[in-house]
Amino acid sequence: MSRRRKVGFWLVVLGVLHGIILCAGFLAPCDPVRQDRKSPYLPPMRVHFLDARGHPHVRPFVYPLQLRPGTFDQYVEDTSQPRPLKFFVPGDPYRLLGFFRGRVHLFGADNERIYLLGSDGFGRDQLSRLLFGGQISLLAGLLGAGFTLLVGLCVGSAAGYFGGWCDELLMRLAELFLALPWLYLLFAIRAFLPLSVNPLHAFFLIVAVIAAVGWARPARLVRGVVLSAKERDFVRAARGFGASNFYLLRRHILPETSSVVLTQAAILIPQYVLAEMALSFLGLGVPEPVPSWGNLLSNLQQYSVLVSYWWMYLPALGMVPFFLGYLGLASALQESPDPYKIERRSLGSLA
Amino acid sequence: MRYLLRRLGHALFLVFGVSILAFLFTTLAPGNYFDEMRLNPQIAPETLVALRAQYQLDRPLPLRYASWLNSAMHGQMGFSFAYNAPVAPLLLVRARNTLLLTITATLLAWAIALPLGIWSAERLGRLPDRLIGWSTAILLVLPDLALALGLLVLAVRTHWFPTGGMASVGFESLSSFNKFRDLARHMTLSVAALVLSALPLLVRHVRAAVAEVLDAPFLLAAEGHGIPRFTLLYRYALPAAANPLVSLFGFSIGALLSGSLLIEVVMSWPGLGPFLLEAILARDIYVVIGGVLFSTIFLVVGNFLADILLYWIDPRIRTETPSA
Repeated sequence: MSRRRKVGFWLVVLGVLHGIILCAGFLAPCDPVRQDRKSPYLPPMRVHFLDARGHPHVRPFVYPLQLRPGTFDQYVEDTSQPRPLKFFVPGDPYRLLGFFRGRVHLFGADNERIYLLGSDGFGRDQLSRLLFGGQISLLAGLLGAGFTLLVGLCVGSAAGYFGGWCDELLMRLAELFLALPWLYLLFAIRAFLPLSVNPLHAFFLIVAVIAAVGWARPARLVRGVVLSAKERDFVRAARGFGASNFYLLRRHILPETSSVVLTQAAILIPQYVLAEMALSFLGLGVPEPVPSWGNLLSNLQQYSVLVSYWWMYLPALGMVPFFLGYLGLASALQESPDPYKIERRSLGSLA
Repeated sequence: MRYLLRRLGHALFLVFGVSILAFLFTTLAPGNYFDEMRLNPQIAPETLVALRAQYQLDRPLPLRYASWLNSAMHGQMGFSFAYNAPVAPLLLVRARNTLLLTITATLLAWAIALPLGIWSAERLGRLPDRLIGWSTAILLVLPDLALALGLLVLAVRTHWFPTGGMASVGFESLSSFNKFRDLARHMTLSVAALVLSALPLLVRHVRAAVAEVLDAPFLLAAEGHGIPRFTLLYRYALPAAANPLVSLFGFSIGALLSGSLLIEVVMSWPGLGPFLLEAILARDIYVVIGGVLFSTIFLVVGNFLADILLYWIDPRIRTETPSA
């Protein structure tokens, strides 16, 4: 596969994955914060096609779970009343993209709850929390990376273009930030900000902290590109025609940095999602009851959960496809472009 | 020599810069360690003022920085409110535990990554290379948090390894061999998580570096002379490919104190990670500053060591006349 096709392939994969998260309200069987205190730590319900007597059914169904008599956390399937899975069923109200109201869910069982990934200690559906948590975590990653790249672009192009003491100062500062162990820095900055805040503030706080830590590397890369770009003939020619600094940067120099910025984005986004996960996992990030990929896993810090409820670990695997997608995209972007094509193009320009 | 001196000056500048930066962040911090005591009716407001004065929290920032610098010179690095003791000795104990874990893991990771990478480079594009490529890709997309938790779940369900802590009850009464065994069993999970999360990157770098030199004419000549395959790979190809790997090794040394933070917390290993987290939650600022500074010093020292190693290994750098 050529580089262009690889990049396209991974972009499509990522697009589908993000689409899934974006439509969490529709795809998730129920509301992520709705509790059911009567069924804490339900194991994942199995989807059946064969009933207890071995008869096949066209419509898949699940059996509701009941407490095994004499226990408080052991469940058995109640085979007497199967719950058929139906598509496009009405359920909890939700908003798509923040404003389209809806009640129809992709699948569900009429008015009964189903837990395909089990439930947590409050009887909340883990699958729904995984899908909705992705919205928070991915948005934190995307916003953080966008913010970092913006700062990196400004600092890098200022340092590279103007040079002199400006370059010296900014690059020393960047080296400082690069020298700091980044997870520690993240923690340290987080340490000096208020600990308990409402979820929305916490979210923006995290994005700001993550972005503040990471700007140095893209800034240095952008500076390198700007340094070489500003000596190119067409830039000198434009300057000769009296183009202003701002015009030169915007029209001729910044477009040259696009490939570096794109590659950095593909590397930074998953890194920042992980940073959000780490913070929320440790209780420094997005607080309950709002789900995020980090605080979904923080249940596992309790030993009893670890021992008895292994399915609480399943969300950790749910995020792997996203990291795979970004990794694939980053390595496809880093590949050098097709040598034959370059040759042809340069020959074409000679002719 | 000029080269090394310049690097040393650079390193010192970095450490100073980081300490100033860390102090600057403390001024941004709303609240301090004694804030929670305000809610306690038994503690009079005057007592709090006195406490704040005793720990110099009421003085302006430059003065605080100066007195902290003074205490750092005396090997104390400030005073922990929560432990009521100088920070440096507290940190040293935790750092020792962390180093025990990370040095083992780093050595192990390199010991595995070198042969795997070389093997993969030797069979470029063939079955072993593909297998190694796929397995490193899988490890690469598993975030280390998920990896560590997965290992933990596995250990809890199989009872193969103890989870958490670094010693069993009654550790002191064990014979020294059994002590060693007990420690090794407690370390296994954390070390495994660290090795598995470091491995893919190392293997890929080794493979790339070695694959690049394997095409070199001098290796073809060496092969023509009938030098055995093993000697060829490890004695001739590896040193030639060492340059990028030494930098990477310096980076591994640098990350010894800071790379295992999350895994230590997950595995409840009594190292620097959980200690720092606790200090953050309690607003024990000098411990936080001390921890950040400690790991920064390590990072800088690691890079410096890599420079020295490079200087020693690569004659091209030694003979290069410095331009500045």
